[in-house]
Order: sequence, then C-alpha cells, then structure tokens
Amino acid sequence: MDLPRYHRLTAPYYRLEGRRCKRCGALCFPPREDCGSCRARDMEIHRFSGRGTVYSFAEVAQPPQGFAGPYMVALVELAEGVRVTAQLTDVDPDDVEIGMAVEMVTRRLQEKGPQGYIVYGYKFRPAMARRQAS
Amino acid sequence: MRDVFIIGAGQTPVGEHWGLGLRELGAAAIRAALDDAGIETVDALFAGNMLGGAVNGQENLGALLADAAGLLPAEACKVEAACASGGAAVRLAAQSVGAGIHDVAVAVGVEKMTDAVSEQITVGLATASDGDYEASHGLSFIALSALLMRRYMHETGAAREDFAPFAVNAHRNAASNRNAMFREPISGEDFARSPQVAAPIGVLDAAPVCDGAAAVVVCAREALLPAHRAVRIAAAAAATDTIGLAGRADLLTLGAARRSAEKAFRASGFSPRDCDLFEAHDAFTIITALSLEACGFAPRGEALKRAAHGCFARGGCIPLSSCGGLKARGHPVGASGAYQVVEATAQLRGEAGPNQVAGARVALTQSIGGHGSIAVTHVLEA
Repeated sequence: MDLPRYHRLTAPYYRLEGRRCKRCGALCFPPREDCGSCRARDMEIHRFSGRGTVYSFAEVAQPPQGFAGPYMVALVELAEGVRVTAQLTDVDPDDVEIGMAVEMVTRRLQEKGPQGYIVYGYKFRPAMARRQAS
Repeated sequence: MRDVFIIGAGQTPVGEHWGLGLRELGAAAIRAALDDAGIETVDALFAGNMLGGAVNGQENLGALLADAAGLLPAEACKVEAACASGGAAVRLAAQSVGAGIHDVAVAVGVEKMTDAVSEQITVGLATASDGDYEASHGLSFIALSALLMRRYMHETGAAREDFAPFAVNAHRNAASNRNAMFREPISGEDFARSPQVAAPIGVLDAAPVCDGAAAVVVCAREALLPAHRAVRIAAAAAATDTIGLAGRADLLTLGAARRSAEKAFRASGFSPRDCDLFEAHDAFTIITALSLEACGFAPRGEALKRAAHGCFARGGCIPLSSCGGLKARGHPVGASGAYQVVEATAQLRGEAGPNQVAGARVALTQSIGGHGSIAVTHVLEA
C-alpha cells in the first residue's frame, strides 16, 4: 500500500474510527461524510468499541501477493450493530464459529513492501473473557 | 427508446491461449460477430474488460481493439464493471442504439488472465472489492464469496454438498460445447472430494482462470436485413449495491442483482415464468444460488432445494448455464457477460446444437460484478 493512502487510513485502521450521524444517530464504518440512513451531511467521529461477534468466516489458503497465509477472515458484527470485514488472529481455525465473541487488536496487516514500511491495522481475536473461561 | 436487435454473435474458445493476447482475442471475437452479421463496419465499439490495467498493463482497449479489428475511426471505449464488464458493454451498445445515437454498434467482452501468475491474478480480482476495507486486509475474491457461502449455509442449514447440482449441471452442459474450457462431466462425488481453496469453497465451486472473448453486433430495426437471424434485446438493466459486503443490511440478498432483474422484467413485460433459460453468473456456486433467488427463480434460501429436484438442469423448469456457464465454459472475467449473451442468442436462434433448449423463445442473462455490488441483466427474445 502506498504511503499517502496508508496515511489517510490510519484513523479507521488504528482506532476503528467511523462516523455517527448528528441528525438520526446512525453509525457507520468505514467513515462516510453523508449518512447512509437519512442522507444528512452532518457527521461526527465515532470510535467503535471493538467488541463484537463473528457473523461469517472463511479461511484464506491462497493469499494475495503481500500476505502470508493461511489465515482466517471474518465479517464481524460489532456490538453497535455495524459490520466490519477483517482478519482473525490468535485463534485455532477449528475453534471459529458464527456467534463467537471477538475483540479488536492492532496487528501487522501486510508484509513489509518495496517501500520499506509495514502496514498496521485492526484484526479480531477471541474476546478475553471467553478465552479465560476456556 | 428504439427496439434493438442482435444481428451478429461471435466468440473464441475459452481456455489458456498462450499464443494470443488481448488484441488478438478481442479482434477475433469482433470479426466473428461482424461476419455473422454480414457487415464490415460499425458506428461504435464498446469493449468490456476488467483486468487490462491491473494484469496486462494495457488500458485504452477502445482504441486497441478498434485498430486491431479494422474498425477505425469508429467511436470506441473500454467499459469496466468488474466481472460484469462484458454485460455492461452489451448494455451500453444496446443503450446507444436504442437512444438513436448509433445505428450499428458492437460490444465485445475480452479478458487475458494467463499472462500473470496466480498471486497477481488474486490481487487483480480483489480490485473488484473494497480496496481500503477488504482487499487491503487480505480478503481475496474467493474469501469474500466464502463469507457469503458460510452465512448461507448457517441460515439455511445447507451442507457443502448441497451446492453440487450447479457444478454438475454446468460441466454436463460444457461437455457438448466445443468452445468450453472443461469438457469433462463431473459427479456429485467428485464435487464432494474436491479440495477446498477458501473453506467452505472448494475447487469445483469456482470458475477457472482463463482467456477468451465474445462479441455481439446490435442494430436498430432500420438496419435489419432479411438475412439476419435477429434476436431482440427486450430489456437491458443495471443496478448497484454497497462496494463492501459489510455494508449490506441483508447479506444474503444480492440487491443489485434483484433490482436489475426487476427493472429488466418490468421493461420487457416478461416475468421469471416466461423465461425458457437463464444464463446465470455462476462464478461460484453460492453466487448461482443468490442470483437465482434475486431473479425470482427461487424464494430466499430455497435455491438449493430446487436444484436438488433438478429444476435448473436441462429439461427442468428453468435450464441454467445451458452451454456450461462461467463454471465450466470458463470465466474470462470481463468477457463472461458477453459470452452469456452470445450463448443465449444461439439458443434463441435454435443454433445451440446438442445444447439446444427446445423451443426457447425468451432468455435471461445476468452478469454480476464484485460480489453483487454491480449487476447487469438482459432479457432476450427470439
């Protein structure tokens, strides 16, 4: 990923920053400057909790260039009701199931590319409470 | 809008064409379509293609193919709508003739995938998804389809093997299509045994990486000649949905596919019951199921049950992928939408040989890009 693009994505990538509509209260991720629900153009920054559940998941056995597989990916439904697509980490593939509680962590997203820097961003791991119970 | 007719159709075989590039493939299909129409020139060329820039290092396909096919100085441009590029090119050609801007136009879909190694193709295909919030997180095109399939299985209780009838039907039909890539039938057991590439998606759920081009010549009624075996484009419609899967309120309804089909049925006056065959976007078996449901051939979550009853096989209530579909004829991504229209044209002319659907009068084709973020639907009438 080129540096200017990475730079403008750091707020959502590092802090799971989306938007909240000041008129109707609807939340969204990724950020957008008009409300997907009521079309108002009065949005404020909203930082998501990072807690959610697995809505669907898959295993990537043949990763694209720049990624080292295999790894698990998921659609995560955040506690706020908004979904986000991300990798799962710190988990045995056989343990992943729909409904599993997960939480956001910051991890290396892409291998060091020809530009010489590493891209970091959100992934999701099994929620701590669940891990302690098991 | 004026009535628009297909008067010429042409295609190259689908496969690994090591000796042919974008220009040779595209020009071959265009020339075949012009020969079929008995004409030498057109007013405009619309070139559907997805990966020319990302994989082949070649954009500006309008000029490239107008030059290569001897159509200079006709107006020409590339049309890109991910895997729906071929369908979008046909739609634009029909639109320009219908609107009276051109009298005769050619639409070609062309893709050259085997110039790159598979990791590069994986990156190229992922450009159809949300670059910042899917592809950059390591989501491959197959993985996104796998997310849809896993959720579908979860909500409907379906097993992986329940998707087999779509692949078995496609391979059986491709066996008698001399332009198809895979001409060997497969069994349900073959399907169940196939290795998984992005669990729960297996090799036999997925269409292959390949090369090919297909083209149609369309014209207004005034340009029709007695020798033309014309097929009418009764409707062409397109729609969009969120670029990312995460943004969809109902993940398992392909909104763009549903809306483009609704618009096409409304514009044509036909309904799903009137269709004699359906060329679906069967790039993955899960997309086949969702496309069938979006077009009204099965209620939500019921496509696999109908498939198990043989509803979508040859001789069933709505024959599917009559010439092998994307799955077995092959899926040169930006060309597939044009192949669908070429094959449906052959069916409606009664020229599909061993693949002929008896008495076919009305055909539906649906070309879907980016996991349902864009869809183009055509209704064709004999």
